[in-house]
Amino acid sequence: MSELRIVNGRVYDPANGVDGEVAAICIRGGKIVESVSDSARTIDAHGMVVMPGGVDIHCHIAGPKVNLARKLQPEDHRLDVQPGSDVMRSGTGGVVPSTFTTGYRYATMGYTTAMEAAVPPIFARHVIEELADTPVIDKGFYVLLGNNVLLYQLLKEGRKRDFREAIAWWMNAAKGYTVKLVNPGSDELWKKRRENISDLEQKVDHFDLTPLQVIHSFIEAVNDLGFPHPPHIHCNNLGHSGNFNTTLQTMRAAEGRRVHIAHIQFHSYGGEPGANPRSAAQQIIDYINANPNVTADVGQVMFGNAITMTADAPLAWMLRGFKKGKWVNADTECESGCGIMPFSYQEHVFTHALQWAIGLELFLLSEDPWRLVLSTDHPNGGSFMQYPRLIKLLMDSGFRREEIKRLNQKAIATTGLASIEREYTMREIAIITRAGPARALGLANKGQLGVGADADVTIYTEDADREKMFNSPRYVIKDGVAVVDNHEFKTPHDGRLLHIAPGHDNAIEDAIRPFFDDYYTVRFDNYAINDDFLHAHEVIPTRPAGEDKKD
Amino acid sequence: MTLIPGRTSKQGTSLNAGKLKAEYLEVTSTVEMNEDDMKKMKLKDGDRVRLRSPEGEVVVTCRPKKASDLPSGIIFMAYGPSSSELMGSDTAGSGMPLSKQIEVRVEAVGAGEEG
Amino acid sequence: MSDKDNMTDNGTNTETSAAAKADAKAAPGAASGAAPGAAPKNGGDHIKIVKNATCTFCGCVCDDMDLTVDLKEKRITKAKNACVLGRAWFAEHTIEDRPAALIDGREASVEEAVEEAARILLEARYPITYGLSDSTCEAQRVAVAISDIVKGSVDTTTSVCHGPSGIAFQGVGETTSTLGEVKNRADLVIYWGGNPAESHPRHFTRYAVTPKGMHIPNGKKDRTVVLVDVRKTPSAPVSDIFIQVKPGRDFELLWTLRALVNGKKITADVEELTGVARETLDDLVARMKSCSYGVLFFGMGLTMTRGRHFNSGAVLALAADLNQYAPFVAKPVRGHGNVTGADNVVSWQTGYPFGVNFNRGFPRFNPGEFTTVDVLARGEADAALVIATDPASNFPKKAIETLRRIPVISLDTKPTETSRLARVAFSVATYGINTGGTVYRMDDVPITLRPAFESPYPGDEEILTAIRDKILALRPPRQDAAADRAAP
Repeated sequence: MSELRIVNGRVYDPANGVDGEVAAICIRGGKIVESVSDSARTIDAHGMVVMPGGVDIHCHIAGPKVNLARKLQPEDHRLDVQPGSDVMRSGTGGVVPSTFTTGYRYATMGYTTAMEAAVPPIFARHVIEELADTPVIDKGFYVLLGNNVLLYQLLKEGRKRDFREAIAWWMNAAKGYTVKLVNPGSDELWKKRRENISDLEQKVDHFDLTPLQVIHSFIEAVNDLGFPHPPHIHCNNLGHSGNFNTTLQTMRAAEGRRVHIAHIQFHSYGGEPGANPRSAAQQIIDYINANPNVTADVGQVMFGNAITMTADAPLAWMLRGFKKGKWVNADTECESGCGIMPFSYQEHVFTHALQWAIGLELFLLSEDPWRLVLSTDHPNGGSFMQYPRLIKLLMDSGFRREEIKRLNQKAIATTGLASIEREYTMREIAIITRAGPARALGLANKGQLGVGADADVTIYTEDADREKMFNSPRYVIKDGVAVVDNHEFKTPHDGRLLHIAPGHDNAIEDAIRPFFDDYYTVRFDNYAINDDFLHAHEVIPTRPAGEDKKD
Repeated sequence: MTLIPGRTSKQGTSLNAGKLKAEYLEVTSTVEMNEDDMKKMKLKDGDRVRLRSPEGEVVVTCRPKKASDLPSGIIFMAYGPSSSELMGSDTAGSGMPLSKQIEVRVEAVGAGEEG
Repeated sequence: MSDKDNMTDNGTNTETSAAAKADAKAAPGAASGAAPGAAPKNGGDHIKIVKNATCTFCGCVCDDMDLTVDLKEKRITKAKNACVLGRAWFAEHTIEDRPAALIDGREASVEEAVEEAARILLEARYPITYGLSDSTCEAQRVAVAISDIVKGSVDTTTSVCHGPSGIAFQGVGETTSTLGEVKNRADLVIYWGGNPAESHPRHFTRYAVTPKGMHIPNGKKDRTVVLVDVRKTPSAPVSDIFIQVKPGRDFELLWTLRALVNGKKITADVEELTGVARETLDDLVARMKSCSYGVLFFGMGLTMTRGRHFNSGAVLALAADLNQYAPFVAKPVRGHGNVTGADNVVSWQTGYPFGVNFNRGFPRFNPGEFTTVDVLARGEADAALVIATDPASNFPKKAIETLRRIPVISLDTKPTETSRLARVAFSVATYGINTGGTVYRMDDVPITLRPAFESPYPGDEEILTAIRDKILALRPPRQDAAADRAAP
């Protein structure tokens, strides 16, 4: 069994209370252990920073919408090629890299886990195939159930128990990690009239339900089922002025239960609908700071190319109205919608500068780094390749001031950003990029370096330029394998699919099957995915509410 | 005339049996023509015709179609080796040859000429 | 309906044996429920029923086949729910007595043939991989890997079917849906330049015309079906409205419709140009703008004629514009059982959907340069790996001449013109009949396969994996990877 010892490095392992102390990390068989034999390879990390591997809680890296976006922009790939080598497959980059390139680039940036954030379950097979071709990192995905027609019918009929069992069935069928809600309640209107829903208390078309009831029901059911990560919610009214009220309403619907709000920057806008947005970062962060049941990722926008790809189809349609460029819409039977629109964030544009500032305000006003973690909603707010630059913006107030000067000043003036002097510490960065997301995800063996944890370790050479430092780790160790060794990608490695397998009453299939016969075009018996279809995988345990009490 | 090769169910079922089998070869070497065009050319059902394109030529069997179904100037045949023989390889930078719009000259084949 | 046979949704197979018939009666109760797709053995021991099997003959990828399999005879004696094409697909894929591999027409072991194939691909300066649309995603993934490793090209039959639609997609995007949305919602169904009655018989009956859906309670009665084509095909009787366009004038007609939808003026010579009267156009535009959910299915009548990707682009743009008025989608009707999977696999591994070249060690895309017809017609390729397709019989003559000249490796279930000229020819098992795996329906929905009986031949994936591993074992150590990286 291969052994490794990392010595002399300054270790940041916030989950275990280690804050930059020089300590040794020992690895055997892909796990962190107490000690290793003398013959173990030793990495001298003198002058280096040692952290758990990065964990991305929210990105879009695999599946039908990602592949459509990939196909949509040959012009973006040709400028950014990834040659193959003896240990790497070739590929292309840009804002939506090919699968191999996605895996390598996460790894060479020190990230070892990433969660694909929006998958219609009917396409789960596709997602798993792409993830199998995404090397190095561990990965899981969130299953879009927030506009599921059958689940709406069960709710409408007041069949709460069946609703919960059906959610559990669907998670098993798709091999997902948790439930994702996107713009709950909107799909039916979108598919009927190309309209959106804006009021959480408006009835959803012919269903005798409101989005608020849907949100509440999912939060309750998923908390009862004890998923390691609570419902992951893309709130209604993304991008619209005044939407912070919708966001607050959504968080309140949790009534103290665990909930995760995705890319919350896009949901922190004040102002009147239809008029220019204003920052409502303060109102949003005040709520999060005061409510420990809530976690969120920021969804920072970064200047440059991005691409909107979302199950929030009306959003992409709205952007098409501004930009008139190529546009993709994809309606998925009984399950979801999808919109794709290439985009670029520009410093001089009022709204873009404002969005950038609001994201940073949220970060800098947050009192609990464990619960407000880093993301760009890759590639919606910008590529994950921009994380090191974002880290520099958080750690270096001088750099931030210089950047602010280049932006639309009118936008900046409407925010409080310029007056915030806070700089993130190394410990806080370690929290928002690994320990925090891992805890929010319920991944006990990730984001920390205690004995028994997965041996996913990143070692950076200390550098005052934090962007440079976080861009190019010297060593990246995945499952105990030194994938990146002295800055070079040396050893190919394949990560695991992380999914849950909640117990459920099989009788629920009797309620689901007839619906499939009538309204799906795939046979019920061909829909669920068996374990033998999966590449290496790991089941993350659930803790149903009843069992909690027994503990 | 414009030759439009396409799929037919017979072409589809026979290719399952094997592309080197007689049925597939027969299905893919029969051409449909507007009946008025056939009259003008003094052709009757089952006659053999020669199709020529800049790429090559083939001799196939001719079948009539009502003018309302197949307009004058268009002939139709199932995809196969015969249509390939006539197809040009210029894709105009697209990868796709003009597979469904092949300009051909059609002439009757005299008895005994074949062979 | 003129072409009843094609429309039949529940055809029975005349070859059904008495034993199988008896079994089929007993089967439904026995086979449904707990163990879907399992093999209940009633009647004779050698008869098995496979429920919910998938037909991979065309892009419809119907996954509701109930197959009766004679294990002794190694054949499918009945395919319940299959259309005429599907029945032939299942009935004809029996095990024929042929060597598993041939080298230069002489029988060889699979190992020898794999080694020869690997050697050919390694020695070539410009090896191409082509086909893949009748193969599983699992096999396609390995095929792209081979092309990457030997720095050749990979291209699929997409380049000669909906390649132009792929190019159009890159310029325009698309508004699309899964087929279930069509079934549940579409009250206006337009087919343009395609003849599904003969190419995709169950497209009408399972997905788009006759089925009842959530918001289409009466099936066909609730839908208006429009067919646009240059000739009255056997699909015409299914349509409520048939519009005959002059050959090669599809683009003009589509662009006119787009102008009308967007309220632009059009010139008076439209009818002369396209063969379609103004009143017909106005009527169609009114229907498109006022429908509840519209779909425009388009076929190779658009991609293989004058205009090519401009035609596809016009369709995609028209459908996108219509969303100002009503939900409207446009969908290419894809031909082969897993051509859609091929597009997806090549895209996720390289960033581009077809016509991908690795000569420089990274993927490049350029239709016309790296697409197979062109590479062959110009005589550039010096070796070809052909998987599950027959370019030697359906490519232009010039391309075929090159294929005759260079070493070809072929994988196919049946002898073809291509296997006949191949240096190395593998006989392989049939996907979906003998091997499992994943295929993507024409609407990108991934579907699993349930093999019916075992073949003595290995599947594509197995052969390709062996070739890849052999290449990795034989290839000379590469120069310094870092130097390679600096090259571009």
